Formats: sequence, structure tokens, C-alpha cells
Amino acid sequence: MATRKSTAKSNVSAEELLGFYRDMLLIRRFEEKAGQLYGMGLIGGFCHLYIGQEAVVVGLESTAKPDDKRITTYRDHGHMLACGMDPKGVMAELTGREGGLSKGKGGSMHMFSKEKHFYGGHGIVGANVPLGAGLAFSDMYKGNDNVTFTYFGDGAANQGQVYETYNMAMLWDLPVIFVIENNKYAMGTSVQRATKSPSLWERGAAYGIKGEEVDGMDVLAVKAAGEKAVAHCRAGKGPYILEIMTYRYRGHSMSDPAKYRTRDEVQKIRAERDAIEHVRELLLTGKHATEDDLKDIDKEIKSIVNDAAEFAKESPEPAVEELWTDIYA
Amino acid sequence: MATEVLMPALSPTMEEGTLAKWLVKEGDSVSSGDILAEIETDKATMEFEAVDEGVIGKILIEAGTEGVKVNTPIAVMVEEGEDVPAESPSAETAPAPSALNGSEGKTAAPAAAAPMPEAPKADTSPDWPEGTEMKSQTVREALRDAMAEEMRSTDEVFVMGEEVAEYQGAYKITQGLLDEFGARRVIDTPITEHGFAGIGVGAAFGGLRPIVEFMTFNFAMQAIDQIINSAAKTLYMSGGQMGCPIVFRGPNGAAARVAAQHSQCYAAWYSHVPGLKVVMPYSAADAKGLLKQAIRDPNPVVFLENEILYGRSFEVPVLDDFTIPFGKAKTWREGSDVTIVSFGIGMTYALEAAERLAEDGIEAEVIDLRTIRPMDTDAILASVMKTNRLVTVEEGFPQSSVGNYITSVVMERAFDYLDAPVINLTGKDVPMPYAANLEKLALVTTDEVVEAVRKVTYR
Repeated sequence: MATRKSTAKSNVSAEELLGFYRDMLLIRRFEEKAGQLYGMGLIGGFCHLYIGQEAVVVGLESTAKPDDKRITTYRDHGHMLACGMDPKGVMAELTGREGGLSKGKGGSMHMFSKEKHFYGGHGIVGANVPLGAGLAFSDMYKGNDNVTFTYFGDGAANQGQVYETYNMAMLWDLPVIFVIENNKYAMGTSVQRATKSPSLWERGAAYGIKGEEVDGMDVLAVKAAGEKAVAHCRAGKGPYILEIMTYRYRGHSMSDPAKYRTRDEVQKIRAERDAIEHVRELLLTGKHATEDDLKDIDKEIKSIVNDAAEFAKESPEPAVEELWTDIYA
Repeated sequence: MATEVLMPALSPTMEEGTLAKWLVKEGDSVSSGDILAEIETDKATMEFEAVDEGVIGKILIEAGTEGVKVNTPIAVMVEEGEDVPAESPSAETAPAPSALNGSEGKTAAPAAAAPMPEAPKADTSPDWPEGTEMKSQTVREALRDAMAEEMRSTDEVFVMGEEVAEYQGAYKITQGLLDEFGARRVIDTPITEHGFAGIGVGAAFGGLRPIVEFMTFNFAMQAIDQIINSAAKTLYMSGGQMGCPIVFRGPNGAAARVAAQHSQCYAAWYSHVPGLKVVMPYSAADAKGLLKQAIRDPNPVVFLENEILYGRSFEVPVLDDFTIPFGKAKTWREGSDVTIVSFGIGMTYALEAAERLAEDGIEAEVIDLRTIRPMDTDAILASVMKTNRLVTVEEGFPQSSVGNYITSVVMERAFDYLDAPVINLTGKDVPMPYAANLEKLALVTTDEVVEAVRKVTYR
């Protein structure tokens, strides 16, 4: 079977490239800090870090307009930072504090922002896929040209409701971009141990949905593919699938002993394919920035993340009355 | 600046662990991502990575040490060229979040009632002004009119489900809606409950007011995750930011001779869930007023209809617009000897039984809950405090039934008023059989209601 892999790259300005560097670095440093706070017992329960996958959300966000919507699963911190949600509010939600985006009641997996059109943060694998199509339905019903980015992983791609959704999304021409973040492992099960399908995006063909595979470690390739998908959806041609090949450096959650892959595999990708290093090199070799410029950005990001962590530690726990609020509107 | 490396929590439940092995030694330079040590948790042996670059200044906990508490300093990291300070820097101690003390919060149930508490006042206001003109209408027509009226009043309301449009509804509840509102707002779906329930919830997040019809609630089992995890919990999980105004409706409970997989009452199931509202009308007027209310409600509403009731006619007020509030029971019959509480088709047996009992001089008060959640417990308590006896009637299975919950409320708040044990009449504790005789035995009957009332009244 012929595979189609996008090799297109987007032309970007030096300024935009610097923006990518900054946005990806913010996610990485934020997640590293979240890992530290988890280790200190300040963050509890499940905590799924996005380290390694930063180019996916940063590349796609660069193709969105302000009213576009996005929804994802539980590995959601990167998506929230990429669409401009306040790092302090995200971190304080991780620590379960009053200043968190859900007032401490949602946690790592459940945050939302009406203002930024971020619709969660969903903990049931696959369940956010029909929700994303429903968001797209609401825009089509209202007659605007917004699109919805519906993110899910290679693991969710084996859930039945994904295919129920593909069928209806194509049947009704819903403006939804299905973004499969293929990080090669559904928790501890590699894609090869979960399916005989040679690719995940090609499954859309059964419903007539177009799509393509994208190099998720190259933010410019992600942006180019995103632009194509967005144009398709905005033109009223129905859904589009992007299978973005990426890699998570950390465990599935914090309590992952990582026996399903070798240390060498992780280190090799980190050393040779890292998305942030890639942009860093482009900036330096293209003389768009100096080492000092990048150091300044590093410093700025470190300070944003430290402020977020400080806020997340200082913000009080929610008032006990909050137990009983927000059950009914 | 020297920083302490603390014993990490490597799982949600880890409090201490064994520092199995150091993979670095004092003086080693490390960078972010390098493995520092192997730590055994309650679940597994995990590799512990460095998050910053630096030099291992001093190892504070030897390899092989067991029972190292989370957050204990295990090493000191210094910057390149820096000396290890004589005194290790003070550990950044995690303020252990104190567990929420239940007693500080509002408790789910009120404190133990003082002896003979006063009867709560039930809301007995009429549902529509006295003297309102009435007309006879079937439950089916009332439901259709409710949807049509709400769809006329706002474009945000639409209907989706299997066979709702061109087929005019599997049970003809959506008859005529396609003609009036068109295919944009009356949408046939493929047979794919899980998927279209999720799309409906997403559309509600996106600002619409979907009515999702399930051909029967038995099929909504495929979609129950979307109803509970996505629709009911999102307002809470979002700290009040994102609500889900949606109605899930369709026939519920046993019809006739359709056997186990198509005959089940979900009232108790959905009434278990905070964030959902659960409605189960009996009469046509209630079906109309409650469905209009459900469509306007900003919360997810599970609206449980009954196939056998669809064709039954009742008096319905002739009004341009009327709604019936949730959480307000309706007393169909006043009486002083016993209270019978029911809802949905159970009301048929309750009312028939009351008629028969009256012939023998036993006056039953018959209360129709109409909404299971929120539940009008005041109406139940006020009545039980008057009659001192209670029988509940429903079609669902016996264990964890709606009647069980009502009983617990009465025990807590009106124990001293009871002159007999409460009886919960339910369907039998068996999957619904197909054979006509067995099916009859599996369902609750008027005879059983009469018998239960005689038991609690000792007559």
C-alpha cells in the first residue's frame, strides 16, 4: 500500500521561528517542573507529561484562528499552554489549588477555557473524539467557518467510537481535524502490538476521509500539514486526519517503570530528533538568533515556569464549600 | 547554588521506597535526563532522572537503604566548580495537603432528626391557573408538541437520533418535525449510539441545546459513558466554566414481549449520578411541561418515557406556553391511611390499586414523583407524617432501587412517624422473560400494590 507522507515545509519568518522555539520550550520546562512538583508530593494522582511531543501542538496552533476550537485527552498540559492558557492557572490546577483553572476540582486531566476555546482535558480514552466532532457540528450548525482540532493518541485510535465519529463526521461534512498523536506507545503497548494496520490515518479511507502522515518532530512540517487540513475543513470539504509521528520521552504517567522500551531508544530520539533542538539549529545556522538571544529566551521561560510553580504552591486549597458548588448550573 | 535532590514520589500511592542503586557517584557531572538512581516503589523498580544539569556534590542516602520517605534529601547537587556547602540547604518541604475534613463540609444527609420533627411543607401549588381550558391529548402528541414549541422559540434546539426524521420516529414521537423544521434541525443518525451521544454532548459544549433521542434507553447503555462521564461531570470538572444543556430522551422500561435486552428501567441507574437530572413523567400534561422544562434546563437531563404510555390520553392545558418545574411531585389522590409513591408507568398500578382499596374503605394518598432527581422528598415526608405508612412502586430491579432511596430518607427524617415497615414494590430480581405468563409475573402489578397496602395497614 502506498503511504503518503507529507514532506512539505512551511515558510516561516525568523520571528515565527523564534515564537515556536519559545512556545515549545515553555511546554518542556513547564512539564519538567510539573515532574519535579510531582516528585515532591505537591501534585497527586495521574500526571501525564508532554515532553517530546511539543512540536505537534505548537505547529498546529500556528494554523488556528482565534475562534477555532480544540479538545484533547488527558495528556493535555501542552495543548493548554500552546493555545495561550495561563501557566499559573494550569500549574495551580495540577497542585489542586483554588487558583487552578478548574478551581482545583478537575486536576491534571480536566481543565477547560471558554475564552481560549479549549474544551478539555478528558480522561476516558477515545471519548473526546465524538465530543470534538460535536463541537465542529455546533460551528457548522451556526454557519461559521471555525474548525475543531480533535487530538487523540495511537491508543485511542483503536476505540470503536472513533470510527462511529469518522462515519458521521464525513456523512455530515463536519469541520473537524482528527489529530492522531502517534507517540508509538499506548501506555506500555507499542502500536505494533495493538494493530496490524500499517498506518492509522489510512483507516479514514474506509469512510472517505482524506489524511496524511506527518513528521511530528519537525514543527515546520506540522505547520504545513496543519495549514492544508485547516484549508480543507474551512472550505466545507469535511473532516481531515493528520497522523503525527511523535515521541514521548517520559513515561505514560509518573508511575511508569518503562520496561516496554529501551533507554537507548529514548536517548537516540532525544539526541537525534528532538524538535526543540531542531528549531534551535535552524535559528542559529540561519543566523536568526545568537546563542545569547536563545539564552535570554531560556531565562524568560525559566522565570515564567518558576512563577507558575510558586503560584501553584502558594495558592490555597479550595474552600470546603467548593465541594458542593458547580454540580448544577 | 547547591540544591538538594529529594526522594521522589513515583506513583500516586508511594510514601516511601528503597534506594536500590546509585548510577552516579560524587563528583559526576549530569545533565537533564540522565538516570541518577534506581528506586524501588510499592509497584516496580523505577529509574530516577536528573531534571537539571549539575555535579553530584554529595550522596546523602546510601544505596540499599530501605524505607526512605518521599521528600527526604538523598543527594546534593552543585553547579560546576562549586563546593559542597558544609550544611546542606534546607529541604523545600512540601506542604502536605491536609485531607478535607468531611465534618467541615456540608454533609449529604442532615443530622439525626430530633424526635417527631415537624412535617416539611410540600409545594402543592397548581401547575397551571385554575379554570384553564383543557383538551384530551396522548402522551405521544404532548411530547411532540413540547419539542416543536421549544424548537420554534429557539434555533439552538435540534433533535437527533435514529429514525427521527424521515421515518417520523420509531415510535412516532417526532412526527411532523422534519416537515416543519427541515433536515438541518431534525437529524437522522446512523445506528451508532455511543458516537451520536458524544456528538450531541460536544454540540452542547459548543453552545447548542440538543435533544438526543434514543430509540429505547436500552440502547443508551452503549452511550452511558458519554452521558455520565462527559455530560454530567463537566460542569464540576471545569470549576463551573462549561455546562452541558442537553436532553437524552426515549422510551424506558418494559414494553410488551420484547424480552430481557429491551425491557429495563434505568430510573435508579441515572438517579445515582450527581450532575444529571432525571425525569420520568406519567401523564401527557406532565410529559409536555417537563420536556419543555428539560429543554430549557442548563444541565443534562435524562428524560425517561414509556412505550405503553405513549398512546394513552390525558387532559392537557390549552396554553401558549407552560412548564412544570423539576423537583415538584404531584399528588394525584389524597388519602389518610397510606402513602403510595410512584412515577412513570408505576402510577398506573398505584392509581388502580387506590381505587380498589377505596372500595374497602382504605384511603391511599398517591404521589407521582415526576422527577427522580431532584426528588421532592418534602412531599413524601409530609404525606408519610400524615398517613404513617408507605409503599413505593416502580418497575426497575429491587436492589438499589429508587424505592430503597426513598425508604432511607423516610427512615432518617420520619422514623418515629412510621407505624409499619416500608414496602418497596419493584420488578422481580430476574432478567425479563419472553413467555407471556412469566413476563406478567416479572412485572409489578396492581394486585401486588393492593396486597402491600393491606400489609402496611394491617387490614
